[in-house]
Amino acid sequence: MKIHKYDTVIVGAGGAGMRAAIESTKRSRTAVLTKLYPTRSHTGAAQGGMAAALANVEEDNWEWHTFDTVKGGDYLVDQDAAEILAKEAIDAVLDLEKMGLPFNRTPDGTIDQRRFGGHSRNHGEAPVRRSCYAADRTGHMILQTLYQNCVKEGVEFFNEFYVLDQLLVEEDGVTKSAGVVAYELATGEIHVFQAKSVIYASGGTGKFFKVTSNAHTLTGDGQAACYRRGLPLEDMEFFQFHPTGIWRMGILLTEGARGEGGILRNKDGERFMEKYAPVMKDLASRDVVSRSIYTEIREGRGCGPAGDHVYLDLTHLPPEQLDAKLPDITEFARTYLGIEPYTDPIPIQPTAHYAMGGIPTNVEGEVLRDNTTVVPGLYAAGEVACVSVHGANRLGTNSLLDINVFGKRSGIAAAAYAHAHDFVELPENPAQQVIDLVEQLRNSTGRERVADLRLELQETMDACVMVFRTEQTIKTAVDKIAELRERYRNVSVQDKGKRFNTDLLEAIELGNLLDLAEVMAVSALARKESRGGHYREDYPNRDDVNFMRHTMAYREVDADGRDSVRLDYKPVVVTRYQPMERKY
Amino acid sequence: MATPTLSKTDQMEAAAAASPFITVTFRIRRFNPEISEESTWQDFQVEIDPKERVLDGLHKIKWDLDGTLTFRRSCAHGICGSDAMRINGKNRLACKTLIKDINPEKPITVEAIKGLTVMKDLIVDMEPFFQAYRDVMPFLVTKGNEPTRERLQSAEDRERFDDTTKCILCAACTSSCPVFWNDGQYFGPAAIVNAHRFIFDSRDEAGEQRLEILNDKDGVWRCRTTFNCTDACPRGIEVTKAIQEVKRALITRRF
Repeated sequence: MKIHKYDTVIVGAGGAGMRAAIESTKRSRTAVLTKLYPTRSHTGAAQGGMAAALANVEEDNWEWHTFDTVKGGDYLVDQDAAEILAKEAIDAVLDLEKMGLPFNRTPDGTIDQRRFGGHSRNHGEAPVRRSCYAADRTGHMILQTLYQNCVKEGVEFFNEFYVLDQLLVEEDGVTKSAGVVAYELATGEIHVFQAKSVIYASGGTGKFFKVTSNAHTLTGDGQAACYRRGLPLEDMEFFQFHPTGIWRMGILLTEGARGEGGILRNKDGERFMEKYAPVMKDLASRDVVSRSIYTEIREGRGCGPAGDHVYLDLTHLPPEQLDAKLPDITEFARTYLGIEPYTDPIPIQPTAHYAMGGIPTNVEGEVLRDNTTVVPGLYAAGEVACVSVHGANRLGTNSLLDINVFGKRSGIAAAAYAHAHDFVELPENPAQQVIDLVEQLRNSTGRERVADLRLELQETMDACVMVFRTEQTIKTAVDKIAELRERYRNVSVQDKGKRFNTDLLEAIELGNLLDLAEVMAVSALARKESRGGHYREDYPNRDDVNFMRHTMAYREVDADGRDSVRLDYKPVVVTRYQPMERKY
Repeated sequence: MATPTLSKTDQMEAAAAASPFITVTFRIRRFNPEISEESTWQDFQVEIDPKERVLDGLHKIKWDLDGTLTFRRSCAHGICGSDAMRINGKNRLACKTLIKDINPEKPITVEAIKGLTVMKDLIVDMEPFFQAYRDVMPFLVTKGNEPTRERLQSAEDRERFDDTTKCILCAACTSSCPVFWNDGQYFGPAAIVNAHRFIFDSRDEAGEQRLEILNDKDGVWRCRTTFNCTDACPRGIEVTKAIQEVKRALITRRF
């Protein structure tokens, strides 16, 4: 076991982690621990753009953006945070441009902007061009630009280091962060990183679904590390299903395709979104579009032999426009489906895309251990966190924005905290829990296999807690997850070695997914209303009286060592927008 | 829609519904120094839909047959650059190569990319590759005070370096280069591509410095224009052309 000491440790090297690292490295001795090489992070898969009311191509302002974000989140958004997001969006985009990001340009040479779902002029009048973009590879450009600037700033990376435990210590009656414990993939060695500040920026949890746009590596590692140490997870029942994933594969086809004029059609060729969202049509918010797609499928208007998908039609757009604005997604259609988008419609279905919930933080990125108390020295930003700027449903282009605004804020805040405070003493045997976990899995002779349990989990989640949910389906999921968690105790791995043991890594990741799936299902069961991405067929309406509040899920362990999820609730911050009926 | 009949999409959907699994042999070069200093070829038989990816085949092996098979992967659709490997003797991304496109009748050979030290099975040491990248100053350098708003750039100036912005640092190009195989000191195509991305960016002011770095004995002149890199690039970047443009800029000092 090795012990390292840094002022600031950042867990994860996607957009939020690297944006934080650029700030904290200038101000404090910083280490970035990442299970992937930084440029492999899933920020790079984001396509359509980053929202900011630059007003480069038409009238726009941050207040309209704030409103759209609040409405898009179905009034579960904390409005003070949304206002910060929309206001600081403008500088966040300009910062990236100055760092070198190659945005598409207008004829005047300014950053070009395009339409995106849920972003509107003057509180819902019509779609507005707010998304700053670089073709359909905006996430790739952001990830590359941030990595380039990390190289420039000399950020210290520990690549392929997998953080498995969050160290919390009670000092003077206050629970503080003391550091993290990590597993080095190359050697199997355990490392303890003592740090004054820790920032989680480790991404989402999408791999508990089968049809997902998420990478294999998005397994909720940061959420699980904090949750197991008794910290709450907020709003985990809210998961976004992106309307346009490639049929069966789930690979993302950007909403920018509809922003450029693409149309969704059913088997009769009908532009069905006109029925569900007369004003915004195909550019309604993602939860609305995904439900509309499944309604078409359920009512027998789906496409293909099984009627299990619909079409994204780009055939009316000029090939030059597709080549210039949507080169990657058209190539995906050619590579994975053998379809030419110039002439043929693309089969799509909703795909599990984004966790709105996560580790609760305030607007400085400080992690909360209950509704109001911060954990000194602990921060989170990006998809792993819940500020909450996305509420019950995130708007497209607001995630690339979130990672930049709150990544920067948490990087600055964490470095400032590190300056003003001393190290917290490490607990005795700080690595013991991780050593036990790793050794137990490596030495287990149980008969359960990781791949079997993971597939059963994914199929359960797809069937029971996807776009449409009922008490019955969620209960089925809760029971199945409990069974799988029990069977997980008998999981074993074939690779018993220390060197690059990805077999072991996948087993650990599955443990994280199972814990988080339980939190999600239990949170969803208790929320007896429909709001944003959480749609209950047995409670089809939003219930502001009883449920306009955030879910806070805690892990409870009883005297026999059995754990369960305890739910509590936190008020939503409302500033200027009272809840209204949500129409697009 | 263009026509009422959707022939190509219809055909694809019907073929997908038929789901014709075939048996494919994967012949994988295994190496684990914890067990042996020698690498060996191992065959696996996999039932797979030919429209699936080579990566899907590797996952079937790892998940159902042999958990010790070790490789990197993440996004599984050609964006993250984790899974460059040598498939039937050619550098490709396993997640962007469909079984049907590489003759599944014969065994599919899979081995680690060349020129970088193999650590275990298909995993290589990427550190020398990233070091070469870091050495070319892969970041925008500007002088003077920053403008309040964005720097202006015409659409034409933006287009000038568009091709090289697509690089995902997968190392397929660099590890396909015979010069790099023979001499690991050579910067390699990927680092030059990333230098090109800034040299030809109208906002950048460090082109001369980068050109001097690449004028080095291990720099751009080592390129023998074999086009392996261009063939290998999963992003379709015209790598050899980019290298030629850097060479020309070194001679003319115009960029």
